[in-house]
Amino acid sequence: MTTPTHATTCETCAVSSGSRLERLGVKLGQVDFVVALAGNPNTGKSTVFNALTGLRQHTGNWPGKTIARAEGGFSYNSKKFKLVDLPGTYSLLSATEDEEVARNFILFGRPDVTVVVVDATRLERNLNLALQVLQITDKAIVCVNLIDEARAHGVTVDGRGLSRDLGVPVVLAAARQGEGIEQLLREIDDMANGRSTCRPHRLPVDIPTVRESVDELVKCLAEAYPNMPHREWVALRLLEGDSRIVQAVASGEIGSLQQDHVATGTISACGN
Amino acid sequence: MTPKQIVERASELRWKLPQDYHDRWVESIYAESARIASRNVDQQGKTHRLAWERRLDWLLTNRWTGMPIMVLMLALVLWLTIEGANLPSGWLATILLDIGHPFLKQLADYAHLPWWLSGVLVDGLYLTMAWVISVMLPPMAIFFPLFTILEDFGYLPRVAFNLDHLFQRVGAHGKQALTMSMGWGCNAAGIVATRVIDSPRERLIAIITNNFALCNGRWPTQILLATVFLGALAPPALTGLVAASAVLGVALLGVFLTFFSSWMLSRTVLKGETSTFTLELPPFRPPNFLRTLYTSLVDRTLIVLWRAIVFAAPAGVVLWSLSNIQIGGISLAQWMISILDGPGWLIGLNGVILVAYIVAIPANEIVIPTILMLTVMTTGVTGIGEQGAGVMFTARGDSELAMLLQAGGWTTLTAICLMLFSLCHNPCSTTIYTIWKETKSLQWTLVSTFMPIGFGIVICGAVALVWRIVGG
Repeated sequence: MTTPTHATTCETCAVSSGSRLERLGVKLGQVDFVVALAGNPNTGKSTVFNALTGLRQHTGNWPGKTIARAEGGFSYNSKKFKLVDLPGTYSLLSATEDEEVARNFILFGRPDVTVVVVDATRLERNLNLALQVLQITDKAIVCVNLIDEARAHGVTVDGRGLSRDLGVPVVLAAARQGEGIEQLLREIDDMANGRSTCRPHRLPVDIPTVRESVDELVKCLAEAYPNMPHREWVALRLLEGDSRIVQAVASGEIGSLQQDHVATGTISACGN
Repeated sequence: MTPKQIVERASELRWKLPQDYHDRWVESIYAESARIASRNVDQQGKTHRLAWERRLDWLLTNRWTGMPIMVLMLALVLWLTIEGANLPSGWLATILLDIGHPFLKQLADYAHLPWWLSGVLVDGLYLTMAWVISVMLPPMAIFFPLFTILEDFGYLPRVAFNLDHLFQRVGAHGKQALTMSMGWGCNAAGIVATRVIDSPRERLIAIITNNFALCNGRWPTQILLATVFLGALAPPALTGLVAASAVLGVALLGVFLTFFSSWMLSRTVLKGETSTFTLELPPFRPPNFLRTLYTSLVDRTLIVLWRAIVFAAPAGVVLWSLSNIQIGGISLAQWMISILDGPGWLIGLNGVILVAYIVAIPANEIVIPTILMLTVMTTGVTGIGEQGAGVMFTARGDSELAMLLQAGGWTTLTAICLMLFSLCHNPCSTTIYTIWKETKSLQWTLVSTFMPIGFGIVICGAVALVWRIVGG
């Protein structure tokens, strides 16, 4: 937005982040919250990452150069956040290594917030990933990036409507210009601290035979792991024979997913 | 129920899943996102750019027009490469072969090097390297940038899209279309590019079959033979057209063999499911010519050329030694030729060609010079290669070349079989080394090396048999 005249007033306003955001780069000590950043390739995910952490991360698009994940940090409202940049993927069906890395982190890494960056000019295509992320986490924010480019193309995105349909907060942003970053930070902060809740949109299983099988497995899972979240999704993955999920169920790892993640230090630091 | 029982129950229930369950699930996700997007996105006015892009996409990926456009594009790239490389290749040959070689020879004489040392270094090592550079550098410097421009423009993902269902049918990964087209530049580069394929099974298929993509080192062989032997059969006005179609035909046969061998592998030793992948058809972008030129020259051309030189240099030494080390008054090369003449005849070739293929394992580009040199030695034709035995040279003029080869017992059959054999034989040593580095498996390296030879022997043998029966 072009409101340069109010810049000075804004800086002193309580809503402003000017004083509250401290970019920590890779200097991370003990952190309070972990935020995962997911999104399709070429959606400006890295720009969002860089805007929040002050890092200059460059991600090459040369195929095969799998960047496992990059990490950086920032401090907001005197709370330290670790931001984990997941590899850009089109889906979480774990057909590729990248998708596997992203999905396993969201599921087993138990981030406090997962931010899904989507491209405003290609919303239809990008929402696939957002919907899939919403199947496996309750704490997600959708960041509709490149809103400036969309505007230039005559495209307007209804953030409120999208938020209602997806069941999670939606932030319209143009990360390159810094637009929307402030609101994104506030939403992350609120969600991490439990001040906001969301009811992510879940896809129904509408094939009768599958429905039966899923219901049966969900019942079994509920008995074995009374507090396990995303039972339906886990049941579906079990049915499809997803080896990582099968292993997690067999070992009991899946049962511990409902616990708030205790120490973020357990997530091994990798990337840069 | 214990966790183990749950897992077991799940695998029992898996049998009840409908066959197309996964596809339906993915479709339902897509339908839902389309629904949500259409509710919350408002497009004001028509954007001409989008309409234009949509029309182009329709044209390029259409069932009826997509394939012909692809073949036409390939033909155009080939034609530009062939035509464009001619002139600079000639210049480089003049500088490196006509001027550089005698100069170094004289230098060696001044330095009083023993004859064998100057032979190994100047006639063996230097000449081979000079040949590789003059034959390989110009086409690569044209082919790679053209390829990168198409890539930047966004055409390659559309090619992958067009070929995807074919690859899926033969049990291979759709991205193999990309690695195959990389292979047209250089098989070693194509094999490195298979890293984009995540499934190890499909990646192996892509690696093993990559050799059926004619590489840079083999295009010159194809073009030369097609012009000299096949083009000459047609009336003069059609010579170019016939030669170009013959080369295109061999290239397309390579594509067919890629599908065929992928199918064969995925039905036998590399059984498994075809994995799906999401391919984004990126917006068409005007390519940045200068940057494209720079990156494709530095990243691809020079690296590939350097590897070729490293492997070709020792081959020159071997070649020179084979022709000059004698056992019982006959050179080693001649021994090998007479041994291989019989098996060579069976597949429509001759001993000279087979020896050349053994010597030229390091780099495909030296096959033709090696054949010429060996032919001169065995036929005793003089006056073409002034430098004499053991020295690779370029034949001046196509008719002279045809005369020389016909004196060596060549027929149209030999040329056709050589073109086919050039498509189907072992990869060059650079590629073999790359395969080993990428797979870290001796077994698969050997399969990748010998499977194409098997194809070559069968195809050439069949062609020779039919030709001889029909032709009497």
